[in-house]
Amino acid sequence: MIIPNYRLGPIDLVTLLPYIAMLCIIGFILAIVPLLIWIERVVISLMQDRIGPNRVGPRGLLQTIADGIKLFFKEDIQPRAVDVRIYYLAPVLAMIPALTAGATLPFSTVRFRMEDGSVQTFPMVVGNVNIGILFILAMASLQVYGIILAGWSSNNKYSLLGGLRASAQVISYELAMSLAILSAVLMSGSLNLVHVVEAQMNGFWNWNLFAYPPLGFIITVIYLISMVAETNRAPFDLPEAESELIAGFHTEYSSMKFAMFFMGEYASMLVVSGVAVSLWFGGWTSPLPLLDFIPGFIWFLVKLFALFFVYVWLRASLPRLRYDALMNLGWKRMLPTALVILFLIACWNTLRTPQAQDANPVSEITMAPARAAEGER
Amino acid sequence: MPADQSSDFSYLAVVVFTFVGIAFIAFNLLLARLLSPSAPTPEKLTTYECGVQPIGDAWRQFNPRYYLFALLFVVFDVEAVFLYPWAVAFRQVGAFAVAEMLIFVGLLIAGLIFAWRREALQWE
Repeated sequence: MIIPNYRLGPIDLVTLLPYIAMLCIIGFILAIVPLLIWIERVVISLMQDRIGPNRVGPRGLLQTIADGIKLFFKEDIQPRAVDVRIYYLAPVLAMIPALTAGATLPFSTVRFRMEDGSVQTFPMVVGNVNIGILFILAMASLQVYGIILAGWSSNNKYSLLGGLRASAQVISYELAMSLAILSAVLMSGSLNLVHVVEAQMNGFWNWNLFAYPPLGFIITVIYLISMVAETNRAPFDLPEAESELIAGFHTEYSSMKFAMFFMGEYASMLVVSGVAVSLWFGGWTSPLPLLDFIPGFIWFLVKLFALFFVYVWLRASLPRLRYDALMNLGWKRMLPTALVILFLIACWNTLRTPQAQDANPVSEITMAPARAAEGER
Repeated sequence: MPADQSSDFSYLAVVVFTFVGIAFIAFNLLLARLLSPSAPTPEKLTTYECGVQPIGDAWRQFNPRYYLFALLFVVFDVEAVFLYPWAVAFRQVGAFAVAEMLIFVGLLIAGLIFAWRREALQWE
């Protein structure tokens, strides 16, 4: 589908593209989080052989919306003992990085017919920046501050334990995660997610998942494990661990502040899954060249939902890890494996092409802002 | 101007996105504050510890057993930061880059093995 590049004075659609993408992401997160929670509850009920939500709306679809509205009308109880300022700051800090990290995640492409009649392809991404992956990593690690501060400021022993566990988890899994991302960077030679996805175009056999077999596959599994640990989901949900810590770091939170933690968790799940899709599973590109007519964002969504299903599947099948077992897995298994694989990929790359290759693959997709700057000339 | 170059406009969009996110959160919190009832009682405002009267508060000295991990984490995280430019420039530099990084990371791995054997990665 080719869209004419409508122009209104100095502003044309291409210039507005990042902001259109921004609306898409925010609208998407708002619309999809209730759906994700519904999917999770239904899938888990099916796996546990029970019925699950089925009262509000058809097949219980509106259950999450009803829960959300209920949270707005709930009393916001703020215990006497809390440190008020940090207590307020924590849910905001848990939510913002999750949202902002989505800014450098490309989720589709659009084709525009320019004024001179040529057709150009642009990525749908808020910030098409050269350091996209670094930005996402930084935001992903900022999110834990929300959890730690919530645990500390609540002045509740359970919350404090939850916050401490969250920090232990981050220092154990962040390394494996960044090393796994690093090998994807090594495979594609760019920190810009748009380029990483472009390097995997034209069929699923070009995906990084199947690159350097079986190294690409192993490093993908390492990323997927650390992604689950990063977002504090089962079986790594120790910071909230209902059966031992009441609700962990958000024990003292109610009403909308609790909802912020909840939404932040799902938003960051979406973002880290989106990163996984872009780095290993070909992003918005179609798995078979003959399926290219299906728009990119549909492929992106399909892959995103598949990864979300993996999340739910893990939650339904695995028991929670013990605290020290979790740290052992991170430090003694995943970190050395990721380091070794990183170097195997580097050596393989050097052996296969002894001559220095061209630096960055020249992208067929131009950068929207660069194009806008040209338009001003 | 080369077509394939990020510009300041891209970062501007990211900043705008952050502010839109903050505004969204502020709006939600404010709306909830307007809509929700408030009827505090002394019992409601106590720290929740399953109905038992809390003894003391949680802000006391404690021993996070994993502080050695935290030290190692800083070392390895900085290493990962060094590896990022290496991975991007790797294709230009080639075999020399591999050898160089092998030495750098080899030292760090030796450190990890040392910590491992001294049982720093062990819970007593």
